[in-house]
Amino acid sequence: MSYGTATSACRAVFVRDFGLVWRRRGDALNPVLFAIMVVALFPFALGPEPKALQQISAGAVLVALLLAGLLSLDALFRSDLEDGSLEQLVLSPHPLALLLACKIAVHWLTTALPLLLVAPLLGEMLYLPRPVLGTLMAALALSTPLLSLIGAVCVALTVGMRRSGMLLALLVLPLYVPVLIFAAGACNAAQQGLPTLAPLLWLGAALALALVLAPLACAAALRISLN
Amino acid sequence: MNPLLLWFHKLGSPPYFYRLAGRLLPWLWALALAGLALGLYGGLFVAPRDYQQGDAFRIIFVHVPCAWMSLFVYFFMAANGFIALVWRIKLSETLAMAAAPIGAAFTFICLATGSIWGKPMWGTWWTWDARLTSELVLLFLYLGVIGLYHAIEDRRQAARAAAFLALIGIVNLPIVHFSVNWWNTLHQGSTVKLFGPSLIDARMLWPLLTMAVATKFLFAASLLSRARVDLLELESGKDWVRQIALAEEPRA
Amino acid sequence: MSEFLSMGGYGGYVWSAFAIFIVVLALDALAPLLKRRRVLRELRGRLRRTQKRNEENT
Repeated sequence: MSYGTATSACRAVFVRDFGLVWRRRGDALNPVLFAIMVVALFPFALGPEPKALQQISAGAVLVALLLAGLLSLDALFRSDLEDGSLEQLVLSPHPLALLLACKIAVHWLTTALPLLLVAPLLGEMLYLPRPVLGTLMAALALSTPLLSLIGAVCVALTVGMRRSGMLLALLVLPLYVPVLIFAAGACNAAQQGLPTLAPLLWLGAALALALVLAPLACAAALRISLN
Repeated sequence: MNPLLLWFHKLGSPPYFYRLAGRLLPWLWALALAGLALGLYGGLFVAPRDYQQGDAFRIIFVHVPCAWMSLFVYFFMAANGFIALVWRIKLSETLAMAAAPIGAAFTFICLATGSIWGKPMWGTWWTWDARLTSELVLLFLYLGVIGLYHAIEDRRQAARAAAFLALIGIVNLPIVHFSVNWWNTLHQGSTVKLFGPSLIDARMLWPLLTMAVATKFLFAASLLSRARVDLLELESGKDWVRQIALAEEPRA
Repeated sequence: MSEFLSMGGYGGYVWSAFAIFIVVLALDALAPLLKRRRVLRELRGRLRRTQKRNEENT
């Protein structure tokens, strides 16, 4: 019996996941909507003065995107668990970590990338200074995949549960802290006219590490929780 | 087989561990309470008043031992989690999960007393100091481990998942500490140093060390009594647990 | 004595910190005892039920 190559398995995962997202393309915009609403709340809370909003703009955008990502994280394995395809994935002869990396990549492309595209708009809503925008986008481009990868490990641990929302947030939050610190640190440095390369490089290094380790950890966690 | 290895295998058997822990427990509790009494006496009566902080510094005798214990217990939990995941030893799963609430308790005490200490010294209940923030993240990690353990129906699977989370946490902790340090220096410069390089008076040092040792014994005692109960629950279908349950039947 | 209790004006802080230490650790020590009673009681109940069922069947 032949199983096909790992490449073809990855391609199959990509095609299937994209197809599933495409069929429910209305849902795909939910995180974007959520992020816009969160950001829109800040002027109501802080008052409409551009100066006050400018001060917190980069941080607010980062937190809004982080929360939106957290909201969409729960759905990463949910439908696959319900229709049983997750178990097929675990039982498949191909390396599980590789297949999971494909799933995480699709998840990032369909939930985080739209958020990334809408980030300049969110920044504009809070009067983000123009020179900071480049740094913010770079920090987001490095940190959102990192958040997806770290989040996937935690989702894999909670996958069997019916109501995992609050628990997932509790598991993910301590792991998100360093990412948020460096991403916001880069933006704050840009706002003060300081060099921003160091925090961005730290994020890049963390991303490189997570790209290799997170799928492996995710596979191990999934094996534990599916048993 | 080498006798030490044999003993180790025997230790892994729940009824043997239950009996051994039961025999050790009174000694551990006695040592812990005696140590605590001595340490508190030394801290409250013997140690001289600090020339800068007055009597408020006496909070150190509960704060610092708990801070040490919060990290020590986490390492203990993660090490047992590692053993549980690699060699699938049931006892290690039990020990790791029994350690989590104790560690959370120590972390909570450390945060609460630290904040009480901060109010008269720094004029604020809380500062986003690197160590305080790391300790807060540590509390979240503990709560995550406990929450995950209780959210999964199957006890052994729950223990393995939570042990895995504890291992992720141990990778995360130094990263958090490093990042918070970096963030902190960026924002507010150096914070208040509680001790710095100054020498600590011997009459302050021995109560502190006594408390540190006493909390270790307290942890050991609490850990063993928790592990004993967890084993009873885990093995409730087995004969040896049935005998214990029937032997302790309350006389009606 | 009252001078000792006031701790040079820091009494409230010092004593509340020590109280938290003692109360939290006492609760931590008490929890396994309570759980032990509950576990054994549930187990005895289960044993009694199976015993009853066996007697009815025979």
